[in-house]
Amino acid sequence: MKHLLTAAVLAIALPLAAMAEDKPKLTVYTYDSFVSEWGPAPAVEEAFEAVCDCDLDFVAAGDGAALLGRVKLEGKRSDADIVLGLDANLVAKARESGLFAPHGQDLPENGVPGGWEDDTFIPYDWGYFAFVYDKTRTENPPTSFDDLLNAPDDVTIVIQDPRTSTPGLGLLLWVKHVYGDEADEVWEKLAPRIVTVTKGWWEAYSAFLEGEATMALSYTTSPAYHVIAEEDDTKAAAAFEDGHYMQVEVAAKLANSDAPDLADEFLAFMAGEEFQTIIPTTNWMYPAYPAGDLPDAFGDLAEPEKSLIFKPEDTPEIREAALAEWLDALSK
Amino acid sequence: MTKTRFPPRVLIGGGIALVLLLALTLGALVVVGMQGAEAGALRPADWRALSFTLKQAFLSAALSVLLAIPLARALARRKFWGRDTLTSLLGAPFLLPVIVAILGVIAVWGRSGWVADAMGWAGLGRLNVYGMSGILIAHVFFNLPLAARLILQGLADLPPERWRVAAQLGIEGRALFRLVEWPAIRASAPGAFALVFLVCATSFAVALALGGGPRATTLELAIYEAASYDFDLGRAAKLAGLQFAVCAIAALIAFAASAPVTASPGALTLVERWDGRSLASRLGDAGVILTVCLFLGAPMLAILLRGVGGLDDLTGVVWAAAGRSLIVAALAIMVTLALSIGLAALIVALQTRGSQRAARLADLAGLLPIAASPFVIGIAFIIVLLPVADPFALALPLTAIVNAAMATPFALRILIPAIRLAQDEHGRLADSLGLTGLTRLRVLYWPRVRQPLGFAAGLSGALAIGDLGVIALFSTPSEPTLPLLMHLLAGSRQIDAAYGAALVLIALSFGVFWLFDRLGRAA
Repeated sequence: MKHLLTAAVLAIALPLAAMAEDKPKLTVYTYDSFVSEWGPAPAVEEAFEAVCDCDLDFVAAGDGAALLGRVKLEGKRSDADIVLGLDANLVAKARESGLFAPHGQDLPENGVPGGWEDDTFIPYDWGYFAFVYDKTRTENPPTSFDDLLNAPDDVTIVIQDPRTSTPGLGLLLWVKHVYGDEADEVWEKLAPRIVTVTKGWWEAYSAFLEGEATMALSYTTSPAYHVIAEEDDTKAAAAFEDGHYMQVEVAAKLANSDAPDLADEFLAFMAGEEFQTIIPTTNWMYPAYPAGDLPDAFGDLAEPEKSLIFKPEDTPEIREAALAEWLDALSK
Repeated sequence: MTKTRFPPRVLIGGGIALVLLLALTLGALVVVGMQGAEAGALRPADWRALSFTLKQAFLSAALSVLLAIPLARALARRKFWGRDTLTSLLGAPFLLPVIVAILGVIAVWGRSGWVADAMGWAGLGRLNVYGMSGILIAHVFFNLPLAARLILQGLADLPPERWRVAAQLGIEGRALFRLVEWPAIRASAPGAFALVFLVCATSFAVALALGGGPRATTLELAIYEAASYDFDLGRAAKLAGLQFAVCAIAALIAFAASAPVTASPGALTLVERWDGRSLASRLGDAGVILTVCLFLGAPMLAILLRGVGGLDDLTGVVWAAAGRSLIVAALAIMVTLALSIGLAALIVALQTRGSQRAARLADLAGLLPIAASPFVIGIAFIIVLLPVADPFALALPLTAIVNAAMATPFALRILIPAIRLAQDEHGRLADSLGLTGLTRLRVLYWPRVRQPLGFAAGLSGALAIGDLGVIALFSTPSEPTLPLLMHLLAGSRQIDAAYGAALVLIALSFGVFWLFDRLGRAA
């Protein structure tokens, strides 16, 4: 039986070893949905390999938050040259790990609202968090957090857990940004409307699609997916007068990369038009650098009047305090 | 009593299995704890998780057993068309991949599910499935049948003469329950309660999908959050230690309260009964059986109905993923059988040599994986393997090994009684005939153990196919297993395809179980 097991292990391991080629290899760790068949990775891989004469290997390492954990777990032994998919809120923690190296290149000006300056972490897309509702089910969506707090009792929401999900953390910081010291009271008032708190974005969004709640926390760009991929224009994002919290997704080079030049080349490519044009209809976010024309459906999206975001270096402390409040308010 | 021979290979094989199990459970805990030694005090939320874990596990176990008693009674005394099929089907929820079952539970009990629709139509309020209620519904769905089978076994083990004597003495109704049925239930129910408690105390996927937030966090969920998100391995190890302690206490209480649980696949044959012939009692039993059928059947039916529509959307990716899941299942079956045969042989050898205490200790070690956290085992693998190999390239075999460890306690419960029986009934004869080695294995054990062996293999394979815990840790979306693909499909909003994949997953899971169970029974 043990021989069989060894044989089986080898049978699986050997083909992987045999795949190694002579071309230089660039390993990019990213989150699961980026590499899926319907995500950006297939197109990006084809485009970059056409110009780099290299083998670009995307390795999915779980969802966004688990990505940093994986790199920290592997430490200096990691095969990764680049980590793509950290959220701005994780930047401070990532910098603290000392595993990342400055990019050291001149990049074009990025289009992230409010600007993004960093010597290590380069943005590749961004978006606004928003509650998405179904126009056929809800005629008068709330227009602000206050409006949501005072809405009829049957207006319900599904949100994600800020401990496991980047949108969940986004909402936590959004409420903190709008209400400051009163955030804990807001969560207590909001609690009865929260149908469920899910681990990831998908569980919440599908619960909303299945009719389990009036609205789900997602992005202002989500309705564009339904229009483009499903020819369904019934979904819309509720525009809040308070402004919308932003998510900025970034990538960086690892200090221990064994292909630093190739890594630099990829980061420059990432800020280029070809990569950026792939993003909107595969990752369903706004490109961070100049790209080709956005699809029409993006033009019809709710445009927030104000964009909100904390400074990356301040978020760990704010997160800790806000998380404690949140846990308290929702455990009651 | 003459001492039975104690072949060295039993000692060596059993010893290796024992060491491997200890390494996989307690060893993994130490590895992870050392890695995160500097960090991680427990937080107030962790203590809330502990108290919630205990509460939900207690309620789940109590509900499952309380509901299982009338069901087991009804099944034990009624003869009807399809009864045997029904008792076999009682094993189905336990084999159902958790992620699929949760979809089914939501489809029936969710806000826009069948029950809510019916309640809305009847003018009642809407039911909220998330939180304690959802967790209890799902746990009872999985464990009520398990508890019913165990209690049914206890009733079926009663000597048929008892019923005859009771009938002759004219004992009926309540007196019969008190004098005959209750002692049998009293003997089997605590074991069933303890088993369900243990399974629910380490619940992960159910709490994750139906818990609904910080109010309903279990320890296993807290371990996952500490390890995967906060990357606080020290805290994860502490929580896992806490989980061990909780389960150990529960297991010890169970050991004290009853004989070790046996989930033997025995033929639960019907004995002649003379009681319960009144119309009221018949209607009552029919009502119980129908209600349970509805409760267990509706979620499965819901998946079936939605899945059939999605079958058209399945692509080659699904079949490749199904192939990988089968590899995981095959490896898991091999490892489970190697571990549990080795350990079961050792335990029986110790028992027959009169070393009861050593046998009990080995038996307890075999139960350890129930209390272990698959995440902690997985992370320990990553830490240990990183310097020498790429653990992520070994995702499939590692997933299989972790799942095999998790299935071993169940396989042991199935194998030990069978090996014990073969040894007790024919061991002396085999000794006197000088049967040793392979001949002894072939003549004495094989015919008596093959059926439970098939059952254990099927169970292990089915559980491994449905795994979405460990595989998510090794996360290989470019080469996913079927449950992971289902999760990814759902995540990329290919909802119909996800339901189609769920159907394939169910077919695979039951198919593997059926195949091995069949191989065990074939003459």
